[in-house]
Amino acid sequence: METYRRTCLYDSHVASGASMSPFGGFMMPIQYSDIISEHNAVRQHCGMFDVSHMGEISVSGPEASWLVDHIFTNDASGLSPGHIRYGMMLYPDGGVVDDLLVYRMAADGQYLLVVNAANIGKDYEWILSAASGHDVKVEDLSGQYGQIALQGPESEETAGKVLGFELSDLVFYTFKEVDFEGDRVIASRSGYTGEDGFEFYSSPEVTRKLWSSLLSAKVTPCGLGCRDTLRFEAGLPLYGHELGKDISPLEAGLGVFVRTDKPDFIGRQAVMALKEKGLARKLVGITLDDKAIPRAGYPVEHDGCMIGEVTTGYNSISTGKSVCMAFVDARYADIGTAVDIRIRKRVFPGKVCRKRFYDRKYRKQL
Amino acid sequence: MSKIIDGLFYSESHEWVKLEDGIAVIGITDFAQKSMGSIVYVDMPDEDDEVSRNEEFGAVESVKAASDLYAPVSGTVMEHNGELEDDPGLLNRDPYAGWIIKVRMSDPAETSELMDSAAYAEFLARQE
Repeated sequence: METYRRTCLYDSHVASGASMSPFGGFMMPIQYSDIISEHNAVRQHCGMFDVSHMGEISVSGPEASWLVDHIFTNDASGLSPGHIRYGMMLYPDGGVVDDLLVYRMAADGQYLLVVNAANIGKDYEWILSAASGHDVKVEDLSGQYGQIALQGPESEETAGKVLGFELSDLVFYTFKEVDFEGDRVIASRSGYTGEDGFEFYSSPEVTRKLWSSLLSAKVTPCGLGCRDTLRFEAGLPLYGHELGKDISPLEAGLGVFVRTDKPDFIGRQAVMALKEKGLARKLVGITLDDKAIPRAGYPVEHDGCMIGEVTTGYNSISTGKSVCMAFVDARYADIGTAVDIRIRKRVFPGKVCRKRFYDRKYRKQL
Repeated sequence: MSKIIDGLFYSESHEWVKLEDGIAVIGITDFAQKSMGSIVYVDMPDEDDEVSRNEEFGAVESVKAASDLYAPVSGTVMEHNGELEDDPGLLNRDPYAGWIIKVRMSDPAETSELMDSAAYAEFLARQE
């Protein structure tokens, strides 16, 4: 029998009666009450997620900036301390090892890389092998960090009232250290829901204290079920669906995070070659006329021929429309193109649309 | 505890059948709706479609997943419940009132292969 890892908040989830399922090698809460009310809590007020399954890999030492720039598609060495950047690590053929956040820590030349739970081992090995022969220290600190995401328009106010954190000076994708009852917490204005919000990194013990304080203050605990519906509506990719080892970030529409103007990084040549050649397929949004739900793996068709495949789809909780993201043949990727999706025995007509079904509410300015 | 109603027939895939003058009214049980969670869409066959016992005839979709529906009896669809098109949540609120299809049975003897309420209660007890 396969055994699953547990986050530092596992006991609390079970005590709260959450329904638990495996995700990324961990036994995680999928929902506490139901996905729809948790989703709406985040859109309208705020909700909290246990995201302690995410991995944290530290890169430090004299050649840390070189290493991060070497493995990361976005600009890392140009980051000021206290700033975060999103990007990917690529294989030499241009496929994606993982997508991640890079935190430039205050200490000179130190970075914290936040990676997907399912990829922690693979990422760590990948970074270690890229570091070989260089004066740099790579450490997997995943076990030392718990992580809570507090998401929604009332997050700043809630963090102030309940945890005593003054976070109004943080803009989107910046972070600072705050104090909770004498312990250190890294607080970043970031998240994976399309809403304003924060992510708190701290020791497992402090994470448990933060979680129980928020629970006592009646903040809605949310499971991974609505984390997926929220990120999907905001057009954010999930590794294994919109990203993977056989997918180029260009195909996924994430070219803005691939800085080919950097002199070098692993996979750069493949990205340049694909840019030259042009894309054969593209990730698009599709909206259906009917309420039938297009789900991952369902075929996308045009005149009865298969032209692509759904990567994620839902009946959008925020809009009530059945929508999906799908990789389609680039010839059918223009907005407004009529396409069909095969759902069980029938075919449902739809149209290509923007793959952002909900406008993000990030706080980009003070 | 899941609600079970006397006088209905039940399938192992958690559909219920109510007989009304040779017409089978078919829905999903309380156990089924609870294990699905919030239902957001019901895929139903149209009038005059044929359904066959133990074969898929549609699906019930929650936010997270689609669950196939299996016909407990064979026959011709007379009607599907149009109310579910606008209000699929009826299956959560009152699964025994929220019928899905009515079928004119081609072989009324098929009901003898279904469970009665006592047998279904035992079946659920073994599941839980």
